[in-house]
Amino acid sequence: MALSEQIAQFLATGITEGCVYALVALGFTIIFNATGIVNFAQGEFVMVGALLAATLGNAGLPLGLVIVIGTLGGVAVAVLLERLAIRPLRNAPILVLIFVTIAGSLMLRGIANLIWGPNAIPMQSFSGDEPFRVLGAAVVPQALWIIGMSMATVIALVVFFRSTLIGKAMRAAASNRMAARLAGINISTMAMIGFGLSGGISGLAGVIFAPSKFAQYSMGTPLAIKGFCGAILGGMGSSIGAVIGGIILGILENLAAGLISSQYKDAITLIVMVLVLFVRPTGLLGKDDLKRGL
Amino acid sequence: MMRASREGSPIWAYVALAVVAGVLPLVVDSAYYLSVLILVGIYGLMAVGLSLLMGYAGQVSLGHAAFYGLGAYATAIGTVRYGLNPWLCILLGMLVTAAVAYVIGRPTLRLHGHYLAMATLGIGIIVQIFFREGGKFTGGFSGIAGIPRLHIGSLVFNTDMKFCYVVWPVVILGLIVASNIVSSRIGRALRAIHDSEVAARACGVDVSGLKLSVFVLSAVFASVSGSLYAHNITFISPDPFGFAFSIMLVVMVIVGGSGSVWGALSGAAILTVLNQALMRLGEVVPALSGLDVVFFGGILIVTVVFMPEGLAGRIRRWRTGRDVEEAAEEAV
Repeated sequence: MALSEQIAQFLATGITEGCVYALVALGFTIIFNATGIVNFAQGEFVMVGALLAATLGNAGLPLGLVIVIGTLGGVAVAVLLERLAIRPLRNAPILVLIFVTIAGSLMLRGIANLIWGPNAIPMQSFSGDEPFRVLGAAVVPQALWIIGMSMATVIALVVFFRSTLIGKAMRAAASNRMAARLAGINISTMAMIGFGLSGGISGLAGVIFAPSKFAQYSMGTPLAIKGFCGAILGGMGSSIGAVIGGIILGILENLAAGLISSQYKDAITLIVMVLVLFVRPTGLLGKDDLKRGL
Repeated sequence: MMRASREGSPIWAYVALAVVAGVLPLVVDSAYYLSVLILVGIYGLMAVGLSLLMGYAGQVSLGHAAFYGLGAYATAIGTVRYGLNPWLCILLGMLVTAAVAYVIGRPTLRLHGHYLAMATLGIGIIVQIFFREGGKFTGGFSGIAGIPRLHIGSLVFNTDMKFCYVVWPVVILGLIVASNIVSSRIGRALRAIHDSEVAARACGVDVSGLKLSVFVLSAVFASVSGSLYAHNITFISPDPFGFAFSIMLVVMVIVGGSGSVWGALSGAAILTVLNQALMRLGEVVPALSGLDVVFFGGILIVTVVFMPEGLAGRIRRWRTGRDVEEAAEEAV
């Protein structure tokens, strides 16, 4: 295979995986903007979506229903976490909130292990596995599903945040919580909607990702870490940054894995994140306000 | 959360612990319980170090398993690959870990809150990936086997009972070091950092220098734990040194009470024993083999919500509360 074809292949795979990372990063960003919390249980929302999809898909349910239920599963888990654990502690210091989301992540993972068992569950692709060629790269139909659904989600979100009243209220709450409250916005409701939205996006990411990898109770953490890295790279708090950061990471990771060393694929993501944190903690598009994380 | 205790511990506390740790291995004749006792010591030492960083300096680390791993790998590589003396390797491990922690800590500790948590998380996983992908040097996935046992002259610490007498003196030494730091001028400066970095800096506290020193110190504690672990199990692989263990360690410190070195030790003891019990349960009832993770999540939430100072803080409050009542009675 010529080098250009190889690179085309790495790009194609990178963009596909990058779209999933982008969705997870977007999930982080929405919760971060709505509540000021970095949610360490984000990966578990993806895991719930993937496991539901794999179970229902293998049981023969129609695809549309599988996608909807997987997404709603993410919403339900996220809203539950917010109501049961985050809301009672909303005035607690940041360290406490970090530990609470970590605890949530542990519990969700454990419960999934009890329900679905420890083994990976395979899932059929949405529309076959016959690859077709784009500029020399072999692309499977599932990749188109992933890219298409991700783009549709991003566009829907942009419309939601720009044009709907709730979307505007959420943006107001993100930019200045006190002022938003004074303007009559219910911050607590915004937090719940934020968690629900974020859980839905992550659940969907799990549904579309399950066929190309697998669904397993432990799949959340690695994906959450990629999502973290994407969100940090793009700039914590910036939705567009999260999408761009996620896609860049996917591409970078696959190029580096293909051209340098596949063994260090996961390390590359993390090294990028750590370097960004050291050199430019606001990321590519983040607001120049480090105290937001405090 | 995490109000730190101020005064150093009385001598009788160490003596009591030494007596218990000295007698227990003699009376317990089950190999299994002895192995749990060793684990409590190894994890406890690490938790004490981490409590200095979390409870006193108020910094979080989600990557401390990396330093534990560095200690384990340093001693394994030194003894197996180069045939060095095991005790020397433990010292080398401490030096290597201190150096790595210093290099990592300098840029990392400038970050706050979430950013600090994520950076330490990321670095912890990167280090584990290097253990895994280090080829012949680290033994890759399969790790390093045949790590020699510790020995003094002809006395080889080759049973769990004997090894207890290596681990627990080190734990008590670690407790003494940690308590002395806590009750010294440095300890007061650390608590000032915990309460407000700006205020501490305004009072002339070298905030970044102190944070870095405590970070390095807690890493060295973890390194010693890792070395002891390696000499106890005589085999290491990259698996135990990952994110999951870093989290477990944080849970131990929080449950015990991160503002107290004794609390951290108790937290390690409680969680280690629970973990072993749940693993046993999982062996008997396979359907429940995932229960331990749910349990730890649950314990963490309950602790953070209902007793944010951890067990130690709860006990201290109960004791001081009673003291006040007694004092009031005497006054009458």
